[in-house]
Amino acid sequence: MSREGSKAAVGSLAHVGIAAKYNFLNYFRARRFYVMLAIILIIAGLLTALVGYYRPPGFVDGGALGFYGAGWGSFASIVVVLSAAFFGGDAISGEFQNRTGYFLVPNPIRRSAIYVGKWLAALAASTIILAVFALAMLANGLFYFPGNVPWEFVESFAFAWVYLVAAMSLAFAFSSLFKSSSISVLMSVILLLFVFSVIDTVSSLVAGIEPWFSLTYGAGIVSNILNVPYPAAKTVTPFGPGGRFTVVSYNATVPEGLLILLVYLVVMAVLGLILFERKEFTS
Amino acid sequence: MPPSIEARQLTKRYGQFTALSGLDLSIQGTKCVGFLGPNGAGKTTTMKILTGLIRATKGTALINGVDVASDKKAALSSCATLIETPEIYPSLTPKEALSMLCEIRGVPRQDRNKRIDDALARVKMSEWADKKVGGFSKGMKQRVNVASTLLSDPEVIILDEPSSGLDPRGMSEVRDIVLSLRDRLVFMSSHLLAEVTEVCQEVALIDHGKLLVYDTIENVTAKFAGGGGAAEVGFAGNVDEQLRARVSKLPGVTSTTKSNDRHLIVKYDTAVLTQDKLLESVAGLKAGAITFSQASGLEDAYLSLIKETL
Ligand SMILES: Nc1ncnc2c1ncn2[C@@H]1O[C@H](COP(=O)(O)OP(=O)(O)OP(=O)(O)O)[C@@H](O)[C@H]1O
Ligand SMILES: [Mg+2]
Repeated sequence: MSREGSKAAVGSLAHVGIAAKYNFLNYFRARRFYVMLAIILIIAGLLTALVGYYRPPGFVDGGALGFYGAGWGSFASIVVVLSAAFFGGDAISGEFQNRTGYFLVPNPIRRSAIYVGKWLAALAASTIILAVFALAMLANGLFYFPGNVPWEFVESFAFAWVYLVAAMSLAFAFSSLFKSSSISVLMSVILLLFVFSVIDTVSSLVAGIEPWFSLTYGAGIVSNILNVPYPAAKTVTPFGPGGRFTVVSYNATVPEGLLILLVYLVVMAVLGLILFERKEFTS
Repeated sequence: MPPSIEARQLTKRYGQFTALSGLDLSIQGTKCVGFLGPNGAGKTTTMKILTGLIRATKGTALINGVDVASDKKAALSSCATLIETPEIYPSLTPKEALSMLCEIRGVPRQDRNKRIDDALARVKMSEWADKKVGGFSKGMKQRVNVASTLLSDPEVIILDEPSSGLDPRGMSEVRDIVLSLRDRLVFMSSHLLAEVTEVCQEVALIDHGKLLVYDTIENVTAKFAGGGGAAEVGFAGNVDEQLRARVSKLPGVTSTTKSNDRHLIVKYDTAVLTQDKLLESVAGLKAGAITFSQASGLEDAYLSLIKETL
């Protein structure tokens, strides 16, 4: 009795592709994707309308570079954080809470293939969101400064995407850590939007230490690249009577920023995968 | 090598609580094995370890000789599973969800559509093949889950209460499906003893995380059902100790066991009593007996092996 003839062993790389394909299909049809798209279009629409109506000097008087810095530079990080948390924050916890893991996991497929496949699907969905926002900003930019797309904008988009990959790794690690989807999404948003910024501020202002250990500090390169010249690595501003006190602020250089993003990407991806491998379907 | 499922000293602890305690079970060949035991006995726990959903605290689980914990992909390469009631990605259709599993299990592209159509036809879900699963009822989803075990021609099939949530016709359809899978190794947990009697050749019985017996249904029945006859009597009111004592004292009755609040399993000596005589004497008690049925051998054995639930 041999049934082996009817089946071919499927490689783990192929499994990654299969998991990615069906998860992407699921994302693409789910309401969440369109809610996220709507949020981005509202932000972009508001920016377009406000800039068109008020022509704020920060946007239109600083040349094309100033325009992209004020529009894309200020909002790209928020778009990255929201879409990483939205698509990645419950990717793994949802498999447990919604019991979809019971359908997928007890099959001849490695958990790591499921993890990487889901990660790719979430990354693809959020890359679309980020690209839509970039296109909206580009359309505005071309309207005010026709034919002038600064190279720095292209670099900034690339950095924002690397930030997205790192933020996705972090969101996946959180979604492997928590059992509840809403908690893992919320924790990812709170951490990326607030906690890291507080750490950055406290570290540089209060302790006077460069916050090289912070993800958002590394992500500063997304907006900083649009400042020409690039901001100094360390600025000491005296204040108070006779300049007795000083305020220290730090900016990661491009290589430093990229290194921080990459380290987060790798560490969080490995951590999340280990957590998922050990996590049990107990409910 | 015949298909096989093996548990070696399988133990699972949740904190202080031991859900499974040194379970040894070795099943070989092509047949259907029923996995019985009261609620909380450890059936699902055993099956989750066998399918890589959870890890054993101690011991090893092997399918076709491969340790599930160290290589789930290889261990389940010729195994289909249905554990508890899985959910399917809500925005996929049954066709898409099943084709995901076909791809994962390596069903050749040219066979996929036919396999999926056949599987959906067998669970009577063809009409719903292209509707999103998100809107399905519990039983409809479970039908798709049952279909998912029929896709890849597996050698080993592990089913955890497959008819859970199904309507009466659905249950009988699952019975027919399992019957048609007798040329493989099916390991199925169930509380429906009639279903188990009909489709399984062997049963494994566990309680409190320990294996009580694993044998053919004939042997289990012969050994534990006792030689005499058995009947189940239903009463209009709750069965109290006094009523049980009255029934026990009837001539020819050898033992009585409450199977639930209103039912008694009555065993009797067939040399003294016949079923009709027992019915008459129970009715003669005027204690509110309203139903009377022959208890099946397996049920009888189950009840004598498992004295209480939880
Ligand atoms: N996550 C958990 N934490 C603590 N105890 C658990 C957990 N999961 C299961 N248990 C316990 O393990 C025991 C075995 O549970 P299991 O689900 O294997 O029983 P079962 O035989 O499948 O019962 P049923 O017939 O009700 O499906 C139960 O007592 C249950 O309370
Ligand atoms: Mg169970």
